Amino acid sequence: MAEEKRLMKGNEAIAEAAIRAGCSAYFGYPITPQNELTAYMAKHMLDKKRVFIQAESEVSAINMVYGAAAAGARTMTSSSSPGISLKQEGISYACGADLPCVVVNVARSGPGLGGISPGQADYFQSTRGGGHGDYFHIVLAPKSVQEAADLTYKAFELADQWRMPVMILADGLIGQMMEGVIFQPAIDPASLPRKPWATGHQADTHREINHISSIHLVPAELEASVRARFKRYDQIKAVESRYEEVNVDKAELIMVGYGTSARVALGAMELARKQGIEVGLFRPITLWPFPDKRLGELAAKGKRFLSVEMSMGQMIEDVKLAVNGKAEVSFYGRCGGMIPTEEEVLAEIRRILKK
Amino acid sequence: MELIYGHPKSLKPIQTKYCPGCGHGVIHRIIAEVIDEMGVQERSIITNPVGCSIWSDLYFDFDSVQPAHGRTPAASTGIKRMLPDHLVICYQGDGDLAAIGTAEIIHAANRGEKFTTIFVNNAIYGMTGGQMAPTTLIGQKATTAPYGRDPGEAGMGYPIQVCELLATLGGTKYLARGSVNNAANIRKTKQYIKKAFEAQLRGEGFTMVEVLSACPTNWGMQPVQAEEWLEGNMIPFYKLGEIKNTLAGSEGGTASSSTNGGAK
Amino acid sequence: MTEKTFMAGFGGQGIISLGQLWVYCGMKEGKEVTFFPFYGAEKRGGVARASVIVSDHEIASPLVTAPDSAVVMNMDSLPLCEEVLKEGGTLLINSSLVKVETRRKDAKVVKIPCNELAEQIGEVKIANMVMMGALSKVTGAVKLDKLEAVLKTFFPESKHKFIPMNLKAIEAGMAAVK
Repeated sequence: MAEEKRLMKGNEAIAEAAIRAGCSAYFGYPITPQNELTAYMAKHMLDKKRVFIQAESEVSAINMVYGAAAAGARTMTSSSSPGISLKQEGISYACGADLPCVVVNVARSGPGLGGISPGQADYFQSTRGGGHGDYFHIVLAPKSVQEAADLTYKAFELADQWRMPVMILADGLIGQMMEGVIFQPAIDPASLPRKPWATGHQADTHREINHISSIHLVPAELEASVRARFKRYDQIKAVESRYEEVNVDKAELIMVGYGTSARVALGAMELARKQGIEVGLFRPITLWPFPDKRLGELAAKGKRFLSVEMSMGQMIEDVKLAVNGKAEVSFYGRCGGMIPTEEEVLAEIRRILKK
Repeated sequence: MELIYGHPKSLKPIQTKYCPGCGHGVIHRIIAEVIDEMGVQERSIITNPVGCSIWSDLYFDFDSVQPAHGRTPAASTGIKRMLPDHLVICYQGDGDLAAIGTAEIIHAANRGEKFTTIFVNNAIYGMTGGQMAPTTLIGQKATTAPYGRDPGEAGMGYPIQVCELLATLGGTKYLARGSVNNAANIRKTKQYIKKAFEAQLRGEGFTMVEVLSACPTNWGMQPVQAEEWLEGNMIPFYKLGEIKNTLAGSEGGTASSSTNGGAK
Repeated sequence: MTEKTFMAGFGGQGIISLGQLWVYCGMKEGKEVTFFPFYGAEKRGGVARASVIVSDHEIASPLVTAPDSAVVMNMDSLPLCEEVLKEGGTLLINSSLVKVETRRKDAKVVKIPCNELAEQIGEVKIANMVMMGALSKVTGAVKLDKLEAVLKTFFPESKHKFIPMNLKAIEAGMAAVK
């Protein structure tokens, strides 16, 4: 029987879902607007005798994650934009050492210290491999508190399956708002299979020794290792891309938006329909891999697109790459912590469609 | 027949890449000997840092994790918290520990993380080619202190005495400084390491052994000359001995650093 | 049915609790709900605001930009609410603290002396609950029936002793709507 629906903040729902997904070590550092997540983990990890550390910095937190992941644990850190910038060093190392972990970015607005209001200006950083080197990692973008919880479970699974960090890219609105949420059953960390590549417990099996490292000083070896990783990326692209479509068949114009922007776009779609204008929504759930194949199919059907973002235009580059010149792509965005309104987006739709 | 001397099991029987006169090889060996004596090879994990000893995972015959520069104590924290019954060795150089990773070592020590740091202090950056380290002595030359370390006009700061710095922190239980410049000091250093490892497995708190070690290549000296320089210059400033020992069964918390430099 | 409400007052008036309890009750009545607080860098003082939505179907934007109803708990909040309220929307005004007339002639105005009614019950702090009763009566979006049982699941055990007082406040708010 499903559990009762609970009213929770997105930040708390991510934390609860992580605990239920079998996260046995959390490392964080305070930053607004994700502090409820860290506080929830402190309360509920410690009472379950799991590991919670308030680290001395975001840099330390991600490197504690690196260590815990190397020891085979399901582990997580969370932060918000400026803190995620600091974590990029560790994320690059984790990608280079093929370590699974979950990194949550409850994004605010930048650059620099910027503001604490919601933003989507970390899209490039998240989807392009935000640190140094040739790499990518999976990025999941929830639109609601329920989906934030569901994608948190998924994130741990995907991280273990593909041996890579998985990022949940939310924003201050998803983190701070409360909605109803139903959780999946909890997994006991002790019931999870042991990872044969991880360090520790050698005495149990007398296996060969394991090294967790990202270093290859011989260029040919490093190239081979990066190429092998990119083969894995191709497999991920083939099977893990996720999206939601609303009314795309009838639509004269398809809005593309993720997370909070998608919610706003959905509202604009409803307003448009009342005025007799049929528009649709294409919502990427995985930002990497970006669901470019499906978007390309829609472009081939002669659709036009409007990228709606809380940035000056970042995801629009992926939209343009996906449609590959076959369709017109427009942009509407707000930045600096401003959230576009349904009315503004509707006005843009009418301007584009000249209606 | 009793075997009285042999190659440690926990160290692979291969030649190291370290330069002639470098202390890392000796330090690796005494770590491996202690692990063999304690019988914990299959539950030992080393974090090999950025620096010359990044190669230590080639030599130690047990699991290893290679973290980012300076983040070694943070990664060791993650490992040890997940594997509390394992022996976790956080191997760090002076740049890793006392420059880029200052925050990480201080907070790991202050939390009383139950791993052991082996801090190799050779007063210079080795792998990158002889730059000034936080532990470079006043007047000592480096590629980035070509006229000698000058804390005055050039504002290069003073050499950091790490054991003494960490001794004030509540989480630290055992801080000792040894040297591998001669056989007597090597034996003493090995005892410190054993004490620290045993304390770690008892779960007592943060333990660290600082080891003064020569870097003839970057000091621009012959190996023998380098050992003499270490004894004459480093040991008078970086006092050898147990700087802090508040382990169970030890005699209180007073520092017992010895000043008899070379222990000849 | 979708009822979008904007709530504003000063910090300490229980705007956040009001919004949270409103959507919690809505959720318990089977509605889709969202609650989004305005969050600032400081923890206390200033204007407290919340966007809440209760709906029979999936909610699009959680941000309330043109509310169907607005709760005005103090003077400073009036201009804010007047600015965003949709054409012909409802202003629920705490007339204990808001003594001026609204400039929004199109709005339906409901005045409730929340502080006085709360004080009569015995605690000015529950003025927000008086307002919630009025909001329920005026909008019908959340019925607030079976409330006692719902409040027991919302408040921790240690606060259950305050439930009867809260119920009284809510009833007083409902009754105050003419």
